[in-house]
Amino acid sequence: MLSTLGYASVIAALLAAAVATVAGGWAGLSRSGGEVSAALARRAAYFAFFAMSGGMLVMEIALLTHDFSVEYVARVGSRETPTYYTAISLWSSLEGSILFWGWILAGYGALFAFTRRREFGALRAAGEPLTALGGGLAHGLRTTPLVLGVIGVVQLFFFGLLAGAANPFGIVDPAPANGPGPNPLLQNHPLMGLHPPMLYFGFVGMTVPFAFAIAALLRGNVEARWLRDGRRWMVAAWAFLTMGIIGGGWWSYEVLGWGGAWAWDPVENASFLPWLTATAFLHSAMVQERRGMLKTWNLTLMIGTFLLTLFGTFLTRSGVIDSVHAFTEGVIGPVFLAFIAVVAIASLALIGWRGNRLRAPGQVESPASRESAFILNNLLLVGFTFTVLLGTMWPLVVEALRGDRISVGPPYFDQVASPIGLALIFLMGVGPALPWRRAGRKQLERSFAWPAIVGAAAGLLAFALGVGYFLPILTIAFAAFVLTTIAEEFRKGIAARRRIAERSYLGALRDLFSRTGQRYGGYVVHVGVIVIALAISVSWTWKTEREMTLRPGERLAIKDYEVELIEVWANEEPHRFVIGATFAAYRDGRGIGEERPRINFYKATGQNIATPAVKSSLTSDLYLTLMAVDPEGGDHATVRAIVNPGIVWLWIGGMIMGVGALIAIWPWGRSRVRAAGAELLADPAAAA
Amino acid sequence: MVFEGEGTLRRKLWMLAGLGAIAAAITVLAAGGLNENMVFFLTPAELEARGVDIVDQPIRLGGQVKPGSVDWDPEAAELRFIIGEGEIEISVESTGAPPAMFQPGMGVVVEGACGEDDVFRATNLMVKHSNEYAPPEHAGDAGEVYKSLLEDS
Repeated sequence: MLSTLGYASVIAALLAAAVATVAGGWAGLSRSGGEVSAALARRAAYFAFFAMSGGMLVMEIALLTHDFSVEYVARVGSRETPTYYTAISLWSSLEGSILFWGWILAGYGALFAFTRRREFGALRAAGEPLTALGGGLAHGLRTTPLVLGVIGVVQLFFFGLLAGAANPFGIVDPAPANGPGPNPLLQNHPLMGLHPPMLYFGFVGMTVPFAFAIAALLRGNVEARWLRDGRRWMVAAWAFLTMGIIGGGWWSYEVLGWGGAWAWDPVENASFLPWLTATAFLHSAMVQERRGMLKTWNLTLMIGTFLLTLFGTFLTRSGVIDSVHAFTEGVIGPVFLAFIAVVAIASLALIGWRGNRLRAPGQVESPASRESAFILNNLLLVGFTFTVLLGTMWPLVVEALRGDRISVGPPYFDQVASPIGLALIFLMGVGPALPWRRAGRKQLERSFAWPAIVGAAAGLLAFALGVGYFLPILTIAFAAFVLTTIAEEFRKGIAARRRIAERSYLGALRDLFSRTGQRYGGYVVHVGVIVIALAISVSWTWKTEREMTLRPGERLAIKDYEVELIEVWANEEPHRFVIGATFAAYRDGRGIGEERPRINFYKATGQNIATPAVKSSLTSDLYLTLMAVDPEGGDHATVRAIVNPGIVWLWIGGMIMGVGALIAIWPWGRSRVRAAGAELLADPAAAA
Repeated sequence: MVFEGEGTLRRKLWMLAGLGAIAAAITVLAAGGLNENMVFFLTPAELEARGVDIVDQPIRLGGQVKPGSVDWDPEAAELRFIIGEGEIEISVESTGAPPAMFQPGMGVVVEGACGEDDVFRATNLMVKHSNEYAPPEHAGDAGEVYKSLLEDS
């Protein structure tokens, strides 16, 4: 029953996507007419979201009522799993994830149509005046349906997967009485309810800028307005992706028990690659906005980012990472690869076809200019993407060519990431202080004297205080350099607002954010990045680890911490056995509470998952992992204690980045939206 | 005008050369890093087939922990076990406690190198970071251990 209902929803969404594709394409590309099909494309976008929401709801009901006749529920559900983890097991396996992905994709389509409702509304209200001279839809109004059409194409692929290869609504007959429950790793921490959705909102959100890029290429014009809007969508998706990545690191830290947040695992790299190209786009888009250059490059980055989200999903979902030969065993791998190939080839062809219309009028006038800083930033970010992609794919290449199974360890990634990362951080201090076009010698001295002095002083101070390693010293020096530049930018901006508009300090700051949110929000993001860079550098350099077997009453000392084993205990929950040890923790001789690291044994899957106990503070974390207990039901326990200095600042830095992104896309006052609509309708070019 | 044009060209060339140099540096960095950090991923049979060629090379060895072979000395924090594949058995030595997910019969990946004495010294015992459900293989045995622990405590 539920299966049929869910499958019907998917089919309805698939039909809606087909309608959106055809109607949107017609409204966007035909020379006459188009009013009806534009309205149809919008309706179809709404309907697809409505239908997919129905599908999601059906799946959630099936999960929560333990309807094991639904194949997906039979695979990831179990009666013993706590309700929270049952609800979020929607994304604990392939088919459910694709369903969730499809729902978000439909949501983005509908949201996009909704943000453009004024265009359609105006169209309906005004009728004739909005059409071009020869009749038909006005030029400026054709891009919106076309973007909806391109989103429709992507929807066709994902909804098609749901209707075929990745159908979550398959029927099991007879229905089993119970299921195994989700993968234990995915039901071991509440962050699992937050990190994957963030990641998916980020991944799927990249579809909208991609659709902008394809629409711009198809129509052969890249108007400033579309770049600006496309970037807003990109910032939003980028912010979700950032939160998803940081959240993933946090989850890994709290769950996996090795005491770190990032291991350059292919799954992690898959999320990092589109983040890098999206970040590159957010910067290079400014060059186009100000100087009209890099149009083709920007479109390439928008398309490339979208391709990398697909590619990342392909990598992690097809089994190809385990072996080149594994992916042909499933249907998902080849289907994904085919779609990626089609999108890549079609996009390349479009760029080639329209390339001459995108020729840039401007050029870089001097190496000492903001545009060249941005170009350098892009080169580094794309180089970073390339090296991470290479390291991730290298094992597949070697296996395909030589048959040897190899892996590329984290040292490779650390080795390439450190210099590129440091260079990028350095640029964060240089770029904002450089003017567009060209900087004179005097200007350079004025802009960089203080930041350079503060940076050098910070580096020397770190050295004097006994920091004996090169990388942290460099990171600290660069961080101080960048923070000084940013502080100077804020000081100048606030002083100007106070002078011009006679504002208070706080009012002036608000003005900076509301009038130039992109720029000053960007600076806030940079502060977050600096905080993260410092946290990585410090926690990496001064991480301490000790492992010991303790009997009750015995103590382990590590840095300024001590832990004493109180007791080993065990209890049974419906879905798992839990073995734990209680430790009393001390810092500098003072009690800081009890720590209870555990080992959870999930009955249905027969897997052990350790849950570390983490005591966080702003200066350092005490991280305890229970490694083993006496199998004879005994009194001793082996514990690994890790002291991670400053790691909390990873999460704090991530939150600062999120706040910065929010400042950049916040709709400060609705009047601006209305003004943008009026600008479009009044634009004489729109009637051409 | 002519001079200005030449100046633009020269500046362009310099900038291109600079960007090219950075791209080349990144490529060299990546290629060198790959070469140094390539770890061979072998099964016990492949390890045995390679014999002395592979002594002291960084290796990831994947296989099944032979049930009954695990010898863990909590006082000295020494762990010994055998990774097997059919007839072939490789002795593995590791310091530190086995990770909580470590169970006899399960698949593991150990990172380290094989010495001349044919003993594999592991620096790292790895637990797969998979986001897919894997069917249980020896769930029963481990469950029994936990039950006995529960009864004792």
